[in-house]
Amino acid sequence: MKPDPELYDYWPYKNRPKIVWPEGKKVAFWVAPNIEFYELNPPVNPQRKAWPRPYPDITPYSYRDHGNRVGHWRLMDIMDEFGIRGSVSLSVAMCQHHPEIVEACQNRNWEFFSHGIYNTRYIYGMDEDQERSILEDSIKTVEAATGQRIKGYLAPALTHTEKTIDLLAEYDFWYSCDLFQDDQPQPLITSHSDKKLISMPYSLEVNDHYAFNVYGQSARQYADLLKRQFDQLLEEGAESGTVMCIPLHAYLIGRSHRIGPFREVLDYITAHKDDVWVTTAAEIAEFYRETYYDTAVEDIKKYKKGVSV
Amino acid sequence: MTLPKNYLTYENRRHGMDHDLYSFSPLFDRAPVTWPSSKKVALWITVALEYFPLVPNEGPFKAPGHMVTPYPDYRTYTTRDYGNRVGIFRILKVLETLGIKASIPMNAALAERYPSLLSEIVAGGHEIVAHSIDMNSLHYGGMDIDVERSQITQSLDTLRTLSGQSITGWVSPARSQSENTLALLAEAGLAYQADWVNDDMPYVMKTDKGKIVSMPHTMELEDRHLLVNLGQNEDVYQEQILEAFDCFQKESSSHGGRLLHLNLTPYVIGQPWRIQALKQVLKSLIDSNDIWTATGHEIMSCWKEQQ
Repeated sequence: MKPDPELYDYWPYKNRPKIVWPEGKKVAFWVAPNIEFYELNPPVNPQRKAWPRPYPDITPYSYRDHGNRVGHWRLMDIMDEFGIRGSVSLSVAMCQHHPEIVEACQNRNWEFFSHGIYNTRYIYGMDEDQERSILEDSIKTVEAATGQRIKGYLAPALTHTEKTIDLLAEYDFWYSCDLFQDDQPQPLITSHSDKKLISMPYSLEVNDHYAFNVYGQSARQYADLLKRQFDQLLEEGAESGTVMCIPLHAYLIGRSHRIGPFREVLDYITAHKDDVWVTTAAEIAEFYRETYYDTAVEDIKKYKKGVSV
Repeated sequence: MTLPKNYLTYENRRHGMDHDLYSFSPLFDRAPVTWPSSKKVALWITVALEYFPLVPNEGPFKAPGHMVTPYPDYRTYTTRDYGNRVGIFRILKVLETLGIKASIPMNAALAERYPSLLSEIVAGGHEIVAHSIDMNSLHYGGMDIDVERSQITQSLDTLRTLSGQSITGWVSPARSQSENTLALLAEAGLAYQADWVNDDMPYVMKTDKGKIVSMPHTMELEDRHLLVNLGQNEDVYQEQILEAFDCFQKESSSHGGRLLHLNLTPYVIGQPWRIQALKQVLKSLIDSNDIWTATGHEIMSCWKEQQ
């Protein structure tokens, strides 16, 4: 164990090389629906219990199942309305359980990235071979179901090992959503620097789970928060392009009392046509890797200990 | 510490659910239903009447709302009792004023302890829903099947005898079920239960002892969840209920009748400073003229006839 994750160097937000998104846009905006499958009776991981009550703990299970039966379809409908393609954080076993949902997203040319096999199988305690099998299963399963080679990763239930990020680079992932240290993309330090793995801004603070079930906000409070988040990132994006992600769970945002206020958020953000690049995580990663990755690596070097600025 | 090999085997990784209790069915793919007088949204109100004994159960967990401090927890006991003595009467008055018949999940022990409360509810034309014996009588995974069967039987016998109603619906304390609950409820001849929170409309569940309808339980709009667990205020409580109604009203134009369920907790919404919020929000719903208010049994029956 080590005191610092050693995955990136300190890089102050001020005076970074300017990012300009395609067509001069200031904010790269992407929406990340977490499309998850939770098991009613998963095997036990000694470091984390899936459900608080004895099997069958139907309340939290059915609470999440609501997303696949009901919420997803509402969310997809309003994203269609504003021409937003999702970047799906996918429990890849969804390809087996509910291919109906995977196909509906695929038909809209949405992007998929891996969010593990199930959101009830945690990475804690896995040896390297086990963790490799999660990544290999993810790549193979999504490719078989959609033809897409996944480029991104968000560990299931945010559970990691010290090897996770390095393995992502080795398996040719472009981006990780697992780290929350910034509002702009940046290179990650791995033993495969030629692979150009980046950290993609995702955000827990504007995640619907945090808003509703950690901070106890109402639907309209969350909508207001998202508009303020956007306004600020737009202002800063004039100086250097920012990324705004809205991470969502259909079992939360897709509820009847929340979808209306959330629709207004999408309306508000997409109305800023000249300034917003409405895109997917893979497109942001691709553009960044090609355009700014090398510049960023050079700039970060200035702040290394012992190097004078 | 390495995880065992079976942590990466997936026995139930197959099309549909990872169990056999119901089929996957996206809400928007289903045939539309029509409510009486073609109303757009059925409003189903449940008011839970719970008896929390001063000595809590030993079991694997305590029901939400149960005793907190060391024995004797007078503060919690009497706060819950306040709901059954005072708060419920405020709620019943609001319902009567607006002409709403509700469904009342009631612990059998409470019907025995407070017969005048039961009479008041029956006289008001509300539906009694079985709610096991008391809040210590949990239904949980691993419990003895005979004990569970007798909890169900005792609850139904008591409530049927004392209320004179046939009783076709069930809600478990803490909405908790064992691996046998659904089959035992079907075996007991119950037509519906409302423990699962995965849908906005009724749907059919399958058990070894026959089918049972799952009525939606909207935990996310429950007074206790919003006002107590999440610490929201009464304005926001009303606002979100009206947002839900708005959503259902819109969906009904292309997808048929929708169902708005609200669970009320007498010791929460029955407080003097909160009751007007309930009255206002229910009045707004009724005034829309798009609402069919009915009991769980009526809504379930109307839905079932159209399947």
